[in-house]
Amino acid sequence: MFDFSVATAWIDQGLRNVMSPAWAITVECVLIGVALLAVYAIMALILILAERKVCAAFQCRLGPNRVGPWGSIQTVADMIKILTKEIISIRHVDNFLYNLAPFIVILGSLLAFACIPFAKGLQALDFNVGIFFMIAASSMGIVGILLAGWSSNNKFSLIGAMRSGAQMISYELSIGLSILTMVVLSGTMQISEIVERQDQLWFLFKGHVPALVAFVIYLIAGTAETNRGPFDLPEAESELTAGYHTEYSGMHFGFYYVAEFVNMFIVASIATTLFLGGWMPLHIPGLDEFNRVMDLIPSVIWFFGKSALMVFVIMWFKWTFPRLRIDQLLTLEWKYLLPLNLLNLLVMVVIVVTGWHF
Amino acid sequence: MQEVILLKIVFYLLAVAIAVFSVLAVTTKRILRAATYLLFVLFATAGLYFFLNYSFLGAVQLMVYAGGVIILYVFSILLTNTDKEPPTKFFTLRRMLAFLATVGGICLFSFLLLTNNWQGAGALPEVAEVDMKTIGHTLMGTGKGQYLLPFELVSVLLLACMIGGLVIARKRG
Repeated sequence: MFDFSVATAWIDQGLRNVMSPAWAITVECVLIGVALLAVYAIMALILILAERKVCAAFQCRLGPNRVGPWGSIQTVADMIKILTKEIISIRHVDNFLYNLAPFIVILGSLLAFACIPFAKGLQALDFNVGIFFMIAASSMGIVGILLAGWSSNNKFSLIGAMRSGAQMISYELSIGLSILTMVVLSGTMQISEIVERQDQLWFLFKGHVPALVAFVIYLIAGTAETNRGPFDLPEAESELTAGYHTEYSGMHFGFYYVAEFVNMFIVASIATTLFLGGWMPLHIPGLDEFNRVMDLIPSVIWFFGKSALMVFVIMWFKWTFPRLRIDQLLTLEWKYLLPLNLLNLLVMVVIVVTGWHF
Repeated sequence: MQEVILLKIVFYLLAVAIAVFSVLAVTTKRILRAATYLLFVLFATAGLYFFLNYSFLGAVQLMVYAGGVIILYVFSILLTNTDKEPPTKFFTLRRMLAFLATVGGICLFSFLLLTNNWQGAGALPEVAEVDMKTIGHTLMGTGKGQYLLPFELVSVLLLACMIGGLVIARKRG
């Protein structure tokens, strides 16, 4: 299996040959930043197109089909359009916070995006508390949403932001606890190590019952965390116009839109990394021939294939379930998911200590 | 040599950010802006921890302060804020006490800074980062230099705070 650290080490060596180490590090940081931003934007374009196609399929429509083959460059055209749109400045808003808020949302999302292991050796941020840092970074986005809602000077925005804040803070507990359950099973918080330790069997199968429960809880909480349907009441069109981004226009709105879609991808890729082995091919202990065939498929394809599957499941939720009310949403989290999650964590600890997992 | 300059640039950027945003946080008139500047200060502090290779402490700083405390601040400001404080007299008892506390703080810190023995200052930070397992054992151990009892005491304190909050917030009747 191709190891991307060979390629990155080659670039590093090449840079160090022509300039001093300090400059090499600076240049590498800039290169990684540009690459991450580019991947971030391209990912958003692909996901928006996928969302429109999936939505169309669920509603027995065709979806975009005019621009390019099967409408495949529709979102590129949309992107060019939104870049040319005017950013309308609004009176009686707190201008500094109003303009800052989209960037905080993007910052949190981008920091979490940088932690994703895309393939073997292809990961920008990797240190010993990686998964914890990822949760911490993604919790930053809430601040941006709250600031956006308040600084817009609009009741709908404010209500949307409050709902969103309450929802994200609540569901962050479930996300954290279900991730903690898997950290107990893996015994490490370093993301690359978590993937490496699934080379015999993916954690979803290795931890059987508690892993499965954690997986389901993680998917529910992850969907809620990204403010997507059926948990999209922060921006419920019928009640709140567009929630916290009602007043935003042009690319400032575009930032929220892009961040929402990439956050969905981040949730899907954490699910992939923790439960479905990340870029690790499907290995079944005992079947050596089968494992060798699976190893022939490149790790990038494994990672993006599994992530695409998880993204599809999350989209499926959105176009299938009706929207929850705010009290139902909070009841689901605090009365059902949280106690279940704590119990599940305990069961997982018992299983790991007694060695009952596969 | 160039690495040292690079590290110095990063350090001074973080230090200037902390200093500037701290001042802005207390001088701004709008309370939500103050909370945002405080957020930047906490980000830069987390940056310092990462700079020193304490990645766990940095992540905790982001998680607890940026992700928790600031959000609670913003939430409580959103729920209570009026932004219309009545103009007060310049010399009130409260301001005098705050002034005294500030002068005391400046004296204390300058005493500490001026009398400290800065041996080894200017050296590069240690590269080895503290292992997560070490932190866990230190936090959860009962041996010498381990912190199980304080940890549990703090958790009991937090539990008491939570129950207190619930008792205050519950509906009577």
